[in-house]
Amino acid sequence: MTDTVVTLSKAEGSPGPLERRAARGGRSRRLRRNLSAHGFLIGAVLCFALFSWYPMVREIILSFQQTHLGVTTWAGWQNYSRIFHDPQFWTAWRNTLEFTGLALVFGYAVPFFAAILLNELRHARGYLRTLVYLPVMLPPASALLLFKYFYDPTDGLFNRVLQLLHLPTSQWVQSPGTSVPTTAMIAVVIAATWMNMGAATLIYLAALQNIPGELYEAAELDGAGLFSRIWHVTVPQTRLVLSMLLMLQIVATMQMFVEAFILTGGPGVNNNTLSVVDLIYIYAFSMSGSSNYNSASALGVVLMLVLGAFSGAFLWLGRDRG
Amino acid sequence: MSVLAPRAETSRRRTAPRAATSRTLISQAQLNRPGSKLAYRIVLTLVVVVFTLAFIGPLYFLFTDGLKSTQEAGQVPPTFFPVHIHPSTYVTAWHTLSVGRLMFNTLYYAFGALAFQLIFDVAAAYAFSKLRPVLGNAIFAMMLATLMIPSMVLIVPQYLTVANLPILHVNLIGTPEAIWLPSVANAFNIFLLKRFFDSIPTELMDAAAIDGASPLRALRSIVLPISRPILGVVTIFGFVAVWKDFLWPLLVESGYTPTRETLNVGITGATTTPVNFIIAASAIAAIPTIIFFLIFQRNIMSGLTAGGLKG
Repeated sequence: MTDTVVTLSKAEGSPGPLERRAARGGRSRRLRRNLSAHGFLIGAVLCFALFSWYPMVREIILSFQQTHLGVTTWAGWQNYSRIFHDPQFWTAWRNTLEFTGLALVFGYAVPFFAAILLNELRHARGYLRTLVYLPVMLPPASALLLFKYFYDPTDGLFNRVLQLLHLPTSQWVQSPGTSVPTTAMIAVVIAATWMNMGAATLIYLAALQNIPGELYEAAELDGAGLFSRIWHVTVPQTRLVLSMLLMLQIVATMQMFVEAFILTGGPGVNNNTLSVVDLIYIYAFSMSGSSNYNSASALGVVLMLVLGAFSGAFLWLGRDRG
Repeated sequence: MSVLAPRAETSRRRTAPRAATSRTLISQAQLNRPGSKLAYRIVLTLVVVVFTLAFIGPLYFLFTDGLKSTQEAGQVPPTFFPVHIHPSTYVTAWHTLSVGRLMFNTLYYAFGALAFQLIFDVAAAYAFSKLRPVLGNAIFAMMLATLMIPSMVLIVPQYLTVANLPILHVNLIGTPEAIWLPSVANAFNIFLLKRFFDSIPTELMDAAAIDGASPLRALRSIVLPISRPILGVVTIFGFVAVWKDFLWPLLVESGYTPTRETLNVGITGATTTPVNFIIAASAIAAIPTIIFFLIFQRNIMSGLTAGGLKG
């Protein structure tokens, strides 16, 4: 604004001294205000630059490089072709998709119905909410070590209870099977669902409470039964929350790491709980011999592209229904 | 998607004593019929029993199996109450896994991260919302864009960056800053704070400016006191995030004596210790979060929906 004032007054001829001083004062004040505003930003901007923006660029660069005996050279697509030829790569993707799929069955539907149920109860509401959310607050190591202990094939609680009931016991997370769905992965998903379902349940509950009661009233007057009311009122009214949580959950479960890492040590028996993020970790930090940051970065880029394409498609498909 | 703290306030009030006026799937009239009343009682009892078993049950074993002796913990049939109480298991676990040290480390990282986040993220959000510098919106958009990048994907370049900071050539591995500084790069925090600051009337800020208050003074005397609810949300989630994080502290803090690990990493790494010590250590690790949750339950639950999504 001040700039235009200055040019205008210049164009008109000789500006008055007062006018000029006002313009200069305005500009320096604005500069000072901008500087102080950027001063407020500097800490956050530096942290973002160092730990977010730069690593993003660096990951892509690393994925096209190779380091041999301390000398870094460009490698073209070699890292990518190496990971595509690694049988573990496909195993990791299959397992990750299996985990995501199973987590949807357990971790997506269960919280929704739990929320519907909790919303209908007139008693013990606070108690039940607290219960559902309590595991979410636990340190993941506590919760997962507890489940690892329950899953122990020889003296874990689950097998001891099965023995007591004269039912066949299971190897749980140590099951060697590799045909989908594997027992090991189901066991991982059960632990993960127990740990995490509280958050989704409470978000659904909040959404359910925003549904106007008149809608149910009207549906009932039209003769809609209980399930018809759920299908025609509850689901459409919470659709936005349902679809956003669906996307967030898929993106989160595709990055599964800690669950398998603690329950099975990561790859598990016959690699049947090896996830993509775990493979990144193995490439970069725990490969015997040389750690390979470049292959790990290439795999990271692939994962980023897959998740990016998925979220992009998801948002694009739902663009006009939001 | 609306993230306004006043909403959190109303939803909290709405949930407390549920008025009979707002009906849900099943109407009050329907529930009052004699048959339905009984059915409701049965469902209620079932839900309470099932939920208690499913969510408290495992926690019960988490706390009591640490009290059993090693033989009793592996006994068939399992004992429900520990026959002989061995509090010494907890004591041994505390010493052999150096749980005290791990807990101190975790708290130190959590409070430090919180301090950095509160200072830098509040300042940035304030600048975006009220000071509006040149390129402010572009920078804000670039920060929001990082939300689209899944967090686990960048773990390798982040590790390499922390191991050798560009330009400065400082290695932060093994220092608390390796956890503190990256925690500032949290776009969601800045987004939440900016949304809240945006709702503070401009007249208030103008009045302060006319009275000669500097931007810092206006932040301290006007913005921060109004923003207590959102600061609470950011504080709680910042704290919980450090407490729950696993892979990052595993990469940057493990392998030092005395240990610099967090509780999560420390108790997971102890593979040679007998299992009931590990369970006792897990129970000790869980106690602070459970207490924290019971104290701040209200804020945590309303923050979840204020910070999350609303249809």
